[in-house]
Amino acid sequence: MHEIIQYISSYLTSDKTPGAAGNMFWAFVYIMLVFLGLSVAVIAMNWLERKILAHMQVRLGPMRVGPHGLLQPIADAIKLLLKEDIMPAEADGFVFWMAPLIVVLAAFTVFVVVPFGPTHAITDMNIGILFMLGVSSLSVLGIVMAGWASNSHYPLIGALRSSAQMVSYEVAMGLAVVSAILMTSLNAEGTGTLSMIGIVQAQQAQGEWFIFKFFPLGLVAFFIFAVAMVAETNRAPFDLAEAESELTAGFHTEYSGFRWSLFFLAEYSAMIAVSSIAVTLWLGGWLRPFPNWLQGSPWDQIFSFFPGVTFLFFAAICFYNTARMPKHPLFRVQTIGLAGFGVVLGLIGLVLFIPAVSLRVQDIFWFSAKVAGFMYLYIWYRGTFPRYRFDQLMQMGWKVLLPMGLGVLILTAGVALLQQNIWHP
Amino acid sequence: MESTSQNSKMTDPNTTLSPLELESHDKTYLDANELVINMGPQHPATHGVLRVILRLDGEKVLGLECVIGYLHRGVEKIGEHRTYTMFNPYVDRMDYVAAVSNGLGYCETVEKLLNVEAPPRAQHVRVILTELNRIASHQLWLGTHALDIGAITPLFYTFRDREEILKIYEKYCGARLTTHAFRIGGLQYETYSGFEKEVKNFLTFFRPKIDEYEELLTTNRIWVERTKNVGIISAADCIAFGVTGPVLRASGVMWDLRKAQPYANYKNFDFDIPIGENGDTYDRYLVRMAEMRQSVRIIEQAVDALPEGPIMAKVPKVMKPPVGEVYHSIESPKGELGYFIVSDGSTQPYRLRVRPPSFVNLQALDVMCRGQLVADVIAVIGTIDIVLGEVDR
Repeated sequence: MHEIIQYISSYLTSDKTPGAAGNMFWAFVYIMLVFLGLSVAVIAMNWLERKILAHMQVRLGPMRVGPHGLLQPIADAIKLLLKEDIMPAEADGFVFWMAPLIVVLAAFTVFVVVPFGPTHAITDMNIGILFMLGVSSLSVLGIVMAGWASNSHYPLIGALRSSAQMVSYEVAMGLAVVSAILMTSLNAEGTGTLSMIGIVQAQQAQGEWFIFKFFPLGLVAFFIFAVAMVAETNRAPFDLAEAESELTAGFHTEYSGFRWSLFFLAEYSAMIAVSSIAVTLWLGGWLRPFPNWLQGSPWDQIFSFFPGVTFLFFAAICFYNTARMPKHPLFRVQTIGLAGFGVVLGLIGLVLFIPAVSLRVQDIFWFSAKVAGFMYLYIWYRGTFPRYRFDQLMQMGWKVLLPMGLGVLILTAGVALLQQNIWHP
Repeated sequence: MESTSQNSKMTDPNTTLSPLELESHDKTYLDANELVINMGPQHPATHGVLRVILRLDGEKVLGLECVIGYLHRGVEKIGEHRTYTMFNPYVDRMDYVAAVSNGLGYCETVEKLLNVEAPPRAQHVRVILTELNRIASHQLWLGTHALDIGAITPLFYTFRDREEILKIYEKYCGARLTTHAFRIGGLQYETYSGFEKEVKNFLTFFRPKIDEYEELLTTNRIWVERTKNVGIISAADCIAFGVTGPVLRASGVMWDLRKAQPYANYKNFDFDIPIGENGDTYDRYLVRMAEMRQSVRIIEQAVDALPEGPIMAKVPKVMKPPVGEVYHSIESPKGELGYFIVSDGSTQPYRLRVRPPSFVNLQALDVMCRGQLVADVIAVIGTIDIVLGEVDR
């Protein structure tokens, strides 16, 4: 018993991730936490997307289930689980069954190496970024399988589009990633790293996020990645694979109920995953904003208040809307529920003001905040852009982004070489 | 009209597909160079119950055939069994997004048969309501067309503004969509008090809204790429197919029945006919946007010059038009809407035939889509602006 407690508590002082420290207990806890957090994030994202999109489109969005539709995603989830699970008679049963599993597996497995903080990751792999890109591109396999196994025209075309799209954008994406990895090797030893945590630590050591490095080279690489990642996740304006108005629903036309919800889950977690890559590579991962301009302990102190203040702000929004709820007795449960939600958020906010907690947690906060920014961009794109056509998409991938990526890579390598050998020998 | 495929049968533009050919396909697709896809009648982007049989090489369209009739209600036959007055509400159900235009065409045709003319005040109100309807129809077209191309937001903007027009209709005649606003010989109802003011308020409200729509789309890079050089149809082809309306004008032919054969009292109003050059989807978009602005101009003049006087001409209670036949057509939002009525001197038409613009324009779909991609078919169906109620009648 004593040994077990010692085993568990020995990790608390470690400065490594549980996986790298070899502590299985904490690794398991982290896996559970990441899985739970991801599920909550997908649910929240579902609600936020509908609300934000609705407000962009001069309408209210979900308003009926729970206060301001807060419980709508849960109602939807229940609806999906209760739905009949239909498999077309002509479908290839095994492949049809496997496809959503592969997609979900790929989307969730990548989170093994996502660094929410220097110690807040399930594990730290020395090939982290390769692992992420490799596993996340497995999802195209699931999509092709889904399209093929459905034995139907629209899913087939959707799957073909999707595979072509992912393959061509992965090239540009890879080139952009390589140029960021090149930047990690700009230190005294001249050794770069592929570890996700190492990449962020390199940005910390160089005192510069890679988006600003070698301006505008870092920015261009980031831009290429930002475009390619939207295409990679099949989101508007690159949502050809599931183009509703053309292919009804694309590769998941024949899927329903729980299987369909797996695709949905995978799409949103893939969005979060690629945003995490972008944040890690270019936006300094868990590092707080303005590390160079606003240095010193008073600024550290101020920035450590941000997580708590943010949650208190959300709590305040909840209380404001509670006060605005109709006074009719029919709304009593909703009003109490909203107030309760606000209280929970407020308590979390207050807990985050405790210095010991905020010191440990603020990394996660900054990382999540940056990822949330990308999530907002995804929604914004969807509200603004028409859809690209298949050939235009290919043209953009191969004729614009790929040459740009190559150019940026060569220029970055050249500038890095010059800096290492001539300017700062 | 592309002809690069190896399969000579498909490249022959005269080849049409039988719906039955859909069924005979190897399940593995391994034998097939081409894919036959059945788009519709249940499909999110076929604007109702249009069924299109597409023959594809990869994503390229080798040919297509429209299958219509899923919304056939036998409107023309119904017309033969109703009196002239009783049939009036039925025409609203054809092009239900431009019900007022349909009513205008029918009423004017019967008036021509009876040889009566609506009084000037009725004519003015008719012009105001019909032009409002043109704006409403174009708004609906814009929203759904943009939605087909993937821009979901314009739909909500246009529907928000279309609501204001429907409110005016509702106040005027109690109905929003199938209005039955006009009667043979004039109008049933006098305008409600404050009608002119409300219409003018709408115009001042609506003018900046057109700019808002254009801001979202006209210079949007993706929108331009998706619509330029898509679904081109030449002026000669348009005339050969009998295509009318904005589709014809976008191909560069200045043909608008409001100017060419002025009906109602359009000759009193000053307006331009916007035309395009290339006959592609983008030009059709620009033409319709410009038409909305011209409609605003017409309504403004009509409201300013709204005369006093009776709203109903002298029409017998039981209409028995003289023996004979008449064809009269108006410029509906979608093109030339014509009515052909044969009278045998009784209270009911001997034969009633409608020339619906949607039905005629839809014929050009095949020509416009050949050699394009699947995504373009959707864009072209949207840009022709069909209403299946009118195609099938």
